Amino acid sequence: MHTIRFTVNGHVEQATVPATMTLLDLLRDRLALTGTKEGCGIGECGACTVLLNGNPITSCLMLAVEADGSDIETIEGEAIGGELSVLQQAFIDEGATQCGFCTPGMIMSARGLLNRIPDPSHEEIIEAIAGNLCRCTGYEAIISAIQLAAARLSQDIGSRDAQEGRAR
Amino acid sequence: MTRELSYVGKPIPRADAIDKVTGSASYTHDLCLPGMLHTALVLSPHASARIVAIDSQNAEALPGVRAVLTGRGLCYQLGLYMQDKCILARDVVRYQGEAVVAIAADTLDIAKAACQLVEVQYDLLPTVLDPREAMDASAHLVHPDLHTYEHMEGVFFPKAHTNIAHHQKIRKGSFDQAFEGADSTLTASFYNPPVQHVPMETHVSVAQALPGKRMEIWTSSQSPYTVRHLMSVCFDLPHAHVRVHVPYVGGGFGGKAGLGLEPLAYVLSRAAGGRPVKVAATREQEFNTLPSRQGLHSTIEIGASRDGKIVALKSTYVWDAGAYADYGVNIGRAAAYSGAGPYSIDNCWIDSFVVYTNKIFGTAYRGFGHLEILWGIERAMDLMARRLGMDPAEFRRRNLLKDGDTTITGEAFTSGHGNPLQCLESVAEAIDWGTPSEPSVDSYKVRGKGLAMLHKAPAMPTYTSCAVVIKLDEDGGGDILVSGVDYGQGTYTVLRQIAAEELRIPIEKIHITWECDTAFSPYDWQTVASRFAYMGGNAVIQAAADCLEQIRSVASQALNVAPEDLDFEDGVVFPKSDPTRGIPYSKLTLGYTFANGNSIGGPIIGHGRFIAKGLTHLDPETGQGLPAQYWTYGAHAVEIEVDTQTGEIEILNIVTALDAGKVLNPKLCIGQVVGGVVQGLGSALWEGFVFDAKGRFLNAGFVDYKIPTAKDIPRHMQQILLENPQPGGPYGARGVAEHPMISVPSAIGNALYDALGIEFNTLPLNYERILTRIKEKVEPS
Ligand code: FES
Ligand code: FES
Repeated sequence: MHTIRFTVNGHVEQATVPATMTLLDLLRDRLALTGTKEGCGIGECGACTVLLNGNPITSCLMLAVEADGSDIETIEGEAIGGELSVLQQAFIDEGATQCGFCTPGMIMSARGLLNRIPDPSHEEIIEAIAGNLCRCTGYEAIISAIQLAAARLSQDIGSRDAQEGRAR
Repeated sequence: MTRELSYVGKPIPRADAIDKVTGSASYTHDLCLPGMLHTALVLSPHASARIVAIDSQNAEALPGVRAVLTGRGLCYQLGLYMQDKCILARDVVRYQGEAVVAIAADTLDIAKAACQLVEVQYDLLPTVLDPREAMDASAHLVHPDLHTYEHMEGVFFPKAHTNIAHHQKIRKGSFDQAFEGADSTLTASFYNPPVQHVPMETHVSVAQALPGKRMEIWTSSQSPYTVRHLMSVCFDLPHAHVRVHVPYVGGGFGGKAGLGLEPLAYVLSRAAGGRPVKVAATREQEFNTLPSRQGLHSTIEIGASRDGKIVALKSTYVWDAGAYADYGVNIGRAAAYSGAGPYSIDNCWIDSFVVYTNKIFGTAYRGFGHLEILWGIERAMDLMARRLGMDPAEFRRRNLLKDGDTTITGEAFTSGHGNPLQCLESVAEAIDWGTPSEPSVDSYKVRGKGLAMLHKAPAMPTYTSCAVVIKLDEDGGGDILVSGVDYGQGTYTVLRQIAAEELRIPIEKIHITWECDTAFSPYDWQTVASRFAYMGGNAVIQAAADCLEQIRSVASQALNVAPEDLDFEDGVVFPKSDPTRGIPYSKLTLGYTFANGNSIGGPIIGHGRFIAKGLTHLDPETGQGLPAQYWTYGAHAVEIEVDTQTGEIEILNIVTALDAGKVLNPKLCIGQVVGGVVQGLGSALWEGFVFDAKGRFLNAGFVDYKIPTAKDIPRHMQQILLENPQPGGPYGARGVAEHPMISVPSAIGNALYDALGIEFNTLPLNYERILTRIKEKVEPS
């Protein structure tokens, strides 16, 4: 058993976990953050994507102990105070979710991309979500949603996301 | 005067989107009940073997293990159409990956560790893997007791002491004579491998055995009431003692129709003293334990006249049902009555055989057999056209069903069926058919165009029905109760649009809860076959009318106006003669109170229902009858580029036309089409199970089984939605959810010939296959 400290969506957490526990299980089973999904458990579908210190990672492949001292963001932290982020609103507006099971991971991958590159090209968007499988949408609407979010963010300097210093 | 529509036909965003983008949508996968146990499975390593002994003592002794079950004690036969399956393998295993032992424990880790301690002794049995060989009289019998199995009588015809679970025949006119007399004939064979649905949420069920012979189930399913019915029949419980919840579902595509893991979760819970038990498939189990799409061997024979009229068509379909054929038999049936494509054929002969083999078993998958049969038919149409020296589009034009024709089961084709020709012309025009592709900028890449038709009707029992209840709220809004499942198609949004339109209230005031619960939501057969918007939509129209009649009756007393002199708009009922005297629904939904306190009426609850109309069983010898409530027609045209050095295909453009009857929500409809086309690309280019000679499944996972990613989508996609109304459809709509996937492979196969001059008859069209054939052509052996 190991005791680790980390932040999740800005909250400080402490947990005592077995060495074999994955970050995904820690988030879902211990912290009840079930927005992060498990689609394969072996790093091949992207449903479990979260941000680790701002970068998207597949949480099923990471051991919880490795997250000690890090800053984690999950889908539950994307809307703040019940207000949707620009990215979430763009997913709704473009019809980028169907069954929705891939959506949290997709949004976290997109969030990681926009953190790095505020105005990504089509190719950069595709590259960023290439590891996130979606069986429903055919990806087109997801790509459009990320483009739309980037466009709205660049126009709307006063948006909440900008104020939060995100996607900048 | 027709009223202008406020909501139907508009791109209303889906109401569930907010739950889904915030991570608050709760799926069965996310469910955790107090005291809930977790399950691990021991799977068969063999495709065909007798179970000699199972030693589970050590597993049972492991602390934290609460139940260990084998097939021995579970004497149940399950199935919707054909009761051929057990909960766990009993006495024999029939495919590699079949569950043999199930263990429920306090944690998943303990359950898995316990599985490691189980020892199973097998005696190998002969294995039959090719369904064509399985039809031989001498073949190993996968189900020696087939003749004893209960099945839907008069609809399915299992052949005793063979591997044939069902044989569906279509006989129209006289094929042999017409084929003999044809100017030109063609015989060609095709193959589709089995493939996986790959819902991103794997199958998962939670069940709890409750005191007093009751049970409660939470499940990732398309079929709450079918689950309830089959569980109640199987375990001999009153229907009302089985309560089924379906929360958000992470994709289904047919694979979550009928029964899945629910029976196993229930018997484990019963064995564990009534603690709730979760059974969640791993991704690997989703591939090799849970059902797939069946494989298909097809042979198409066509006789045509010189002027391009098909005079005779014969299809022989041999379906690879795998180890169980509960759903397979119905796919075999649908394949027969759809088995000549959307063409007018006077002399038709079809045999569709559903055959057991020792492989993972098949079930419904988006398109229900039609992607598979139309791979053969639409490739054969191109082959025949070329044999006649005719343009493939022109050849189809001369043979497509039109007003006044009869289908191969004797149904009269009318303009109410939609317009297949218009679908063809639309895609041909959009892809600039007849103009050869521009050459690629790279000299080693070649381009080509192809097109293909598609059709499909809902495959469902003749008595398929559904009901809807609308409860009006204190604020004048309404709650729709329904048991069809919206697992991403968007049907609930469409039903809200219809209810708002019919009730004349703002759509924001119409709600549907994303959890079906058989304790409260009324009956719906199951959510398959692209029938939910059609049947559910009709039921909503009726339920809304029922609500309005109740409002009318109370308002007529309140306003002292004859009922027929009232009208409704924007949540207000008012006298036609004086709209200013209206009463908002909110003052009526629980009853109306006069100034002196007297009250009349009461809570308003509307009820609507729909049952399939006029369907008949098909004649067992000729297949004649009415199998289809409605047909949906469509076409795809593609332009592709083939890299002759690697064999890879890039889709430059794919145009899809579907005759939707009425587009209820263009945004959601286009979402279905794009998603379906890309899913169809998977079947066309990459997907297919690979087995070794012993029947071991070699690519059960994402590493070796590729599905389309964001990198694989076409450069350009175009959707053309036609609106030739369907009589009897809600606002003239017909189902379109499955159709976009059908015939995507066929159009690509036809384009490949245009590009390379090589015929491909086997799917998938992966680069190894293409490169091999290119090399053969360059250096013939
Ligand atoms: S669950 Fe982590 S990548 Fe699939
Ligand atoms: S929306 Fe269903 S998997 Fe992406």
